Formats: sequence, structure tokens, C-alpha cells
Amino acid sequence: MAVTTSTPADARDTAGAGAEPTPRRRRGRGANVWLGVVAWIIGIAFFFPVLWMVLTSFKTEADAYTPTPKIIFEPTLEQYEGVFSSGIGPYLANSVGATVLSTLLVLLLAVPAAFALSLRPVKKTQDVLFFFISTKMLPVVAAIVPIYVVVNEIGALDNIWTLVVLYTGMNLPIAVWMMRSFFLEVPGELLEQASIDGAPLWRTLREIVLPIVSPGIFATALICVIFAWNEFFFAVNLTAANAGTVPVFLVGFITSEGLYWAQLSAAATLAALPVVIAGWVAQNKLVQGLSFGAVK
Amino acid sequence: MAEVVFDQASRIYTPGATPAVDGLDLTVTDGELVVLVGPSGSGKSTALRMLAGLEPIDAGSVRIDGRDVVDVPSKDRDIAMVFQNYALYPSKTVAENMAFPLKMRGMDKEERGRRVRQAAELLGLTEYLDRKPKALSGGQRQRVAMGRAIVREPRVFLMDEPLSNLDAKMRVQTRSQIAELQNRLAVTTVYVTHDQVEAMTMGDRVAVLADGKLQQYATPSELYDRPINAFVAGFIGSPAMNLLELPRSSGGVTLGGVEIPLPRDVADAAGSRDRLTVGIRPEDWTLESTEADAGSVIKAVVDVVEELGSESYLYAHLADDTSTSIVVRGPGRVQVRFGDPIAVRPNSDALHVFDVETGARLP
Repeated sequence: MAVTTSTPADARDTAGAGAEPTPRRRRGRGANVWLGVVAWIIGIAFFFPVLWMVLTSFKTEADAYTPTPKIIFEPTLEQYEGVFSSGIGPYLANSVGATVLSTLLVLLLAVPAAFALSLRPVKKTQDVLFFFISTKMLPVVAAIVPIYVVVNEIGALDNIWTLVVLYTGMNLPIAVWMMRSFFLEVPGELLEQASIDGAPLWRTLREIVLPIVSPGIFATALICVIFAWNEFFFAVNLTAANAGTVPVFLVGFITSEGLYWAQLSAAATLAALPVVIAGWVAQNKLVQGLSFGAVK
Repeated sequence: MAEVVFDQASRIYTPGATPAVDGLDLTVTDGELVVLVGPSGSGKSTALRMLAGLEPIDAGSVRIDGRDVVDVPSKDRDIAMVFQNYALYPSKTVAENMAFPLKMRGMDKEERGRRVRQAAELLGLTEYLDRKPKALSGGQRQRVAMGRAIVREPRVFLMDEPLSNLDAKMRVQTRSQIAELQNRLAVTTVYVTHDQVEAMTMGDRVAVLADGKLQQYATPSELYDRPINAFVAGFIGSPAMNLLELPRSSGGVTLGGVEIPLPRDVADAAGSRDRLTVGIRPEDWTLESTEADAGSVIKAVVDVVEELGSESYLYAHLADDTSTSIVVRGPGRVQVRFGDPIAVRPNSDALHVFDVETGARLP
């Protein structure tokens, strides 16, 4: 099939020959449409696996296994019923518990720490910050054996509090770094004015600084929630039936008989849903928070 | 109401380096508005911050009402400060902003409300009390910052370039408002600016600083009429004073082939120096006819004409020395244009003469 396309080079040539360029508005519109198409293609390419997963979760197992992928099918809720009846409840509760508790703890610790690090930098500040981030450089695989031994010794295997502590430690460096960058945005004069006005430090933090950095706190909290919710390695190694989280539950679906696509898709959709909802609810604050530092 | 004394106060960031503030000696009497003025890096803001307690005092002392405040934290010095960027608390309303320092002092709600309303009325802010800072214009924010300072009824007002962020018209308006307010409240005020016009119009006395050192501390008219060195001479007055390095002649100095006589006492003080820095303000030239005798007037060629309506300023270079430029004040409707020749004669009673090396005034 012969297709003639006018390449951009042609347009450029005529323009280069001294010809009057096409009216700006027209060219702009053409380029915008082209960019729009490309953006949609990229967007769909990224989103497609997720979309497929959600579609599959509404199929029967037979529909999910057809040799050619089925886009039109009769939707059914039997997979979701199956997931709920196979006992996802406690796992969901554990995930929520571990995530919420660890995130609250992280915020409680990281906010004052980041404030201190931003307020009065000393010679050691860079070293402290590096130390924090260096703990993230160690692959968790390398640390799992000693951690397992310690947790076992203190009899805390299959215990939700183990996960809370570990998730807190896991997210703390990121939270400190993020919050510090938000605190640095607060103009120094505001703190000086507050000190002249007679406000003690904790009051300055609570009444003046915190309202300014609240988008940052939202963004940091959401990042911590995402990491804690999706965390798999600690959960699968240190928990079982009692304290298992949703990622652990999902793995249980991969049995030796093979994968139940549709039911797995339903379970995975359920697993992703809370975080997506949280992100949706917080999206305004999130964009504000994540782009705040970029404007500097 | 209080007297502020800087007694050999110094701020040294790194030992061995040039101090940011070098042995400042300054007394602000009760109820006076003193302006600290100087170019960037002159130490004026640092000196103010030392008074506020935001910078440590490395040497010497700073006293408020006779009490040395070197170990006293800012909140206990009974001062109020207005920053260049106003430093308004963005999450609080105007009323809450103004009440904040009173709240920190534990004042009860009724008294706070009363004082805030009083200050708001004084500053014309009553209708804005429930707004947040982001809904206010620059001038309004500035007034809120002032209101927050006034409610404290402090002993000293400190202002760090409060007008720098305002547009030109707002600046002129607010300048007179601040001056009027200070007169009415009669609170000792220390005001920092880099704008010499602000300094001259607002200050009871003005301290000119450069490189951390006090150059001259006097009333605006004294600074204008008798600058103590070439730096002050060139800093105060706009357009700046013409400062020309001229060779000595038998009767005075030579400029553009013309001898300018020096007064007796100046000539004596100048002694055997063969070159002097001579200062002539733009308004101290007389414009003569270009036909006049070459030996008595200085010929120049106009480069730029600035018409201001009430007067004009002519920027010209000397006819026989294109590297020397002068500024001459002319009448409001001057008929000269770029490239035109002019002839000027300096007023010999209005010369300011300084030593070429040290810049010190002679006599």
C-alpha cells in the first residue's frame, strides 16, 4: 500500500528557501494534534497492563484463557466473590494496619527531624543526611537473614508489629529527605519574625511552619503509604497466616496447578484499589507537594 | 521609648577576615528616627540584626535604655521588626497576624482584639482584618507588617528596607505614612535602606556606612552640605555629585583649561598636594553662553539630556577631554540636544575638596 507522507523536512526546506512560513496558528494546531496522539499512545501503552488486569477480573476463568485475547465478554462478579470467600479480609486488615501505623510513626519522627536539619545546618548535617540515605543503598536481600534471626530470637515472627517497625525504618530516610526539602522552602524571615514575636520553637513549628508545608506532608505520607502497602519481601519472609499482608495473600494464588488468571486479576485489583483511591483523594495536594521543590 | 547605643559593636564572621560591622559607635536618642544607609555589603542590615538579636555581637556592646542586650534573646528586648519581605504568616488572617505577638505574650483575647482594632484603624486596615496575606496588595501587606509591630508598643522599631518591594509610587506614599506614624507614636526607630532619597527624607539623623565602618553620622542637611569624605559626597544626592580629580594650579585647580580658584582655608589645608579630588553638585554649575570667553568657562558636549519637567539634567563630556564626564542641572525646558555644545562655570563657594588617596575632606 503506497502511502505518501509529507515529511516535516519538506516543510523545512520550503521555509529555508526564504519562502514565507505557514501561518503560525495553523502549524501550531497541526503539531498539537500530533503531540496529542503521541501522548495518548504512550499513556495507553503504560496504562494498558493495568486496564487489562481490571478487565480480566470481570471475566470467567474460561474467558480469561482464550488463545486470542477477548475484549468483548460478559462481565461477572464471580471472581471477586471467590477472592472474598478465600479469606482476603484478615490480610487486608493487616496491610491497612501496618501501613497506617508505620506511616503515622514515620511522620511523627521525620517531621521534627527534618525541621531540625533544615533549621540549623551544622558541619555534620550533610553526613547525617548521607547516613540516612545510605541505609536505602543496602539491598533488603542482604539484610534479611540477620533480621530474620533477630526477629525469631525475640519471638516476633508472624507479628504485625514487626512489620510496623520495619516499615517505619524503611520509610524514615525517604520521609526525612522529602520533608527537609519542603522545610527549606519556608522563608527564613518567617522564623526570625516568629522568634522576635516571642514564639517558642515548637509553637513556631506547629502554628506557622506546618500549615505551609502541609502539601509536603501529604506527599510524603502518600509515598510512605505506597511503599508500605506494596512491600513484599519482609512480609513474605517474616509473616504467615496471622500477620500476612495483601502481597503475601496474592502470592498464595500462584499454586503448582497453574495460575488462575481471572481470580488473580480480581485479587490484584483489590490490592491496588486502596492506594489508588488514596492517591485520587490526595491528588491536588500531591501535585502541589511533589512539584513544590521543582519550582526552586 | 528608649535610647539605643552601639558601643564599638562588631560582627566578625571569620576571625582574621574583614568584619561585617567594624567598631560601630552610634547613639539613637529617645524618639528619634535614625536611618542606616549604605551600599550592599556595608553592614547596615547586619548592624540592625545585631540590635534585633538575630546576629551575635562579637565585640563591643549594644545597649537599649542603658541595658546591655548581648545575652538577651530577641523576644525579651522589647523590640519590633519589619522585614523587607514583610514576613507575614501566610496561614493566618490579618487580624491573627497582628495579634500573634500579643498571643505569645499571653495577653487575653479582649485586650488583643482592642489593640488590633486600634492599630488597624490607624493604618486603614479595618476592612481587611479577615483576609489572608495572599489576598492583599504589596502596600497593604506592608501596613499589616507595620501593624503587627505597632500592637506590641515596643521600645524600639526596627525596619529593614521595608519599602524596597513596593513600586515607585507606592514607595513615595508609604514613605510619608511611615514618617507621619513615627512622629505620632514617637517611638525610637532604626531604619535601614540602600536608597539615599529615603534616608534624606525620613531620617532625623542619617548614618552612612561603607565596608562595615561608619562614614558619617549627621542630619540630612549636614550630610548634603558638608560630606566628611568623598564616599559620602558621592553617595548622598541624586544625580551624584561630580567628583573630579584635578591638577593644582597657582590659584586653585584646573578643569577644561580653566582655572577654578579655591577658598583660602581649603588651599591652606590642601598644602603641597599636586592633585585634588574636587566635588561639584549638578546644581552648583552655572550654564553660560557658548559664545563666552574660552578662558572663563568650561566647554563641554552634551551626551544625554534628562527632562524631568521641573528641571533637567545634562550629561556631558569635556570638549578637550572626552574621558571626563560631568552632570549639570539645567532649567525645566532646556533647548539643548545630544551633541550640542554647552559652557559651564562652577560656583566656587560650593566646592567640596577631598584628598585624592584618603578621600578625607579638606579642610
